[in-house]
Amino acid sequence: MLLEKVRILGNTAIYLLRDLGGMGVYLLHILGGCGKRPFRFRETLRQTSFIGFGSLFVICCTALTTGMVLGLQGYYSLHKFGAEGMLGSAVALSLILELGPVLTALMVTGRAGSSMCAELGIMRNTEQIDALECMAVDPFRYLISPKFIATLISVPLLTAIFDVVGIFGGYLAGVVLMGVDPGSYVEGMRNSVTNHDVNLGIIKSFVFAVLVVWICTGRGYFVQQIRGAGFGAESVSRMTTQAVVLSSISVLVFDYLLTAVLL
Amino acid sequence: MNEALIEFNDVVKIFPKKDGGEQRVLDRVNFAIPEGKTTVIAGRSGQGKSVTLKLILGLMRADGGQVVVGGENVAALGKQGLNAMRTRFGVLFQGSALFDSLTVYENVALPLRERTGKKEDEIRAIVEATLAELELSGHESKFPAQLSGGMRRRVGLARALQLNPEILLFDEPTTGLDPVMTQEIYQLFARTQAKSGFTSIIVSHDIPRVFSLADQIIVLDRGVMDVFPSTEAIQRSEKAHIQEFVSTTMGALYQSWLVE
Ligand SMILES: Nc1ncnc2c1ncn2[C@@H]1O[C@H](COP(=O)(O)OP(=O)(O)OP(=O)(O)O)[C@@H](O)[C@H]1O
Ligand SMILES: [Mg+2]
Repeated sequence: MLLEKVRILGNTAIYLLRDLGGMGVYLLHILGGCGKRPFRFRETLRQTSFIGFGSLFVICCTALTTGMVLGLQGYYSLHKFGAEGMLGSAVALSLILELGPVLTALMVTGRAGSSMCAELGIMRNTEQIDALECMAVDPFRYLISPKFIATLISVPLLTAIFDVVGIFGGYLAGVVLMGVDPGSYVEGMRNSVTNHDVNLGIIKSFVFAVLVVWICTGRGYFVQQIRGAGFGAESVSRMTTQAVVLSSISVLVFDYLLTAVLL
Repeated sequence: MNEALIEFNDVVKIFPKKDGGEQRVLDRVNFAIPEGKTTVIAGRSGQGKSVTLKLILGLMRADGGQVVVGGENVAALGKQGLNAMRTRFGVLFQGSALFDSLTVYENVALPLRERTGKKEDEIRAIVEATLAELELSGHESKFPAQLSGGMRRRVGLARALQLNPEILLFDEPTTGLDPVMTQEIYQLFARTQAKSGFTSIIVSHDIPRVFSLADQIIVLDRGVMDVFPSTEAIQRSEKAHIQEFVSTTMGALYQSWLVE
């Protein structure tokens, strides 16, 4: 009985290590695919439009509401201490350092990551990836690397837009609705946000972009090798769910790690 | 006989079963595919014909023995080597494996676009000629989901023929096609073979007709392969399972074909 449990534990550990190793090699293949000729410029553009431009509306909505909530919440908290002048800096710092990169990555995961995973999973299940390999067309160069590059371009840009729209949302709630002095909102922001903060936000958004596209495409690509995935349509739907969950959790975990290391 | 292009030496393929047991799909299988000849693989459903093709292409690994293509052990090939080997093949998968977000035209043009440096108008001419030959003209801008099963099969066929492959691997090329189209496909095979002299391996249930093309017939049954040089040899075989195969699968059909 105990032996059986140890066996299951050992098996699971080996499986997890192998899965992780496989994902590591997979990432190397994606990077290799980015360097291979001919580069699929149009496909990369198309993916950038889908992942980036396509997410613009969602990102703006999220950013505006998040910014407004921050503005309102911040106003009430700071008002107690008579420190409304700090509102601009509070809103801007929370957005640039945390909420902008994290929420953008989560929205992109939900919108584009899930669809990338499902697309690759279906292609795997219907032998389309095998067919590519049989034509000696590298599936990484052809399919996955364009998505990788597109995500790497889109997520940092979306994060920047998120930050700007969010700060504007904070302005709306704090200055326009609650009557904080506009000069102090902008000035407070200018005085407290440093280059280092902005850089940290950018680094985070790049790391999150890699996590999202790596995990989401990976779950789709390996749909037939993952334990408990099942088969056919069900396996694709399960892997898509798993991709979204895994990618969201890793974004949050890495957010903590990056903050701890770099701040 | 010419030199063997593809060889199976004691190949074993095992799939694990859910209950912990195993299914031996191929059990120490040996055969050789001679260059420039047509080999037909026949056998009941689920006997491992498609698995055999995937082993040849290196899409699956054998659990024992060696798969040798062009003198090289497939299991020992790296990525480069596999690619080089695969470019020699034109493959039609059992499920056609068309790219379902590309149109018929783009599907057929893909190997030309990705693997050759040809200009787009050159590619268009080649693709349109192939499509016309397979009676697919006018359907260029449809997507695979908008095609019938037989049409999908023909698009897959067109795609497999694009790079003038040396070796054709066709998994049930005529399943789902009407008799007239089937006949035409076989004539197309015969024509292309006369022109470019490729080696082909055809998996088919369309037994009497495809046997007339074959230089060699492999019957796969319960993990064992038997190789026959001709249809007559199959009929003369004394093995019980072959006789059963002859009488059940080929019986009536084969007789009617002989009468013709
Ligand atoms: N990926 C796989 N995992 C587990 N078992 C498999 C797998 N692929 C094939 N098999 C098993 O191997 C056996 C042979 O399958 P294969 O697809 O080669 O049959 P086939 O001879 O091509 O049949 P058909 O004429 O119906 O296409 C089947 O019993 C099948 O269940
Ligand atoms: Mg089959």
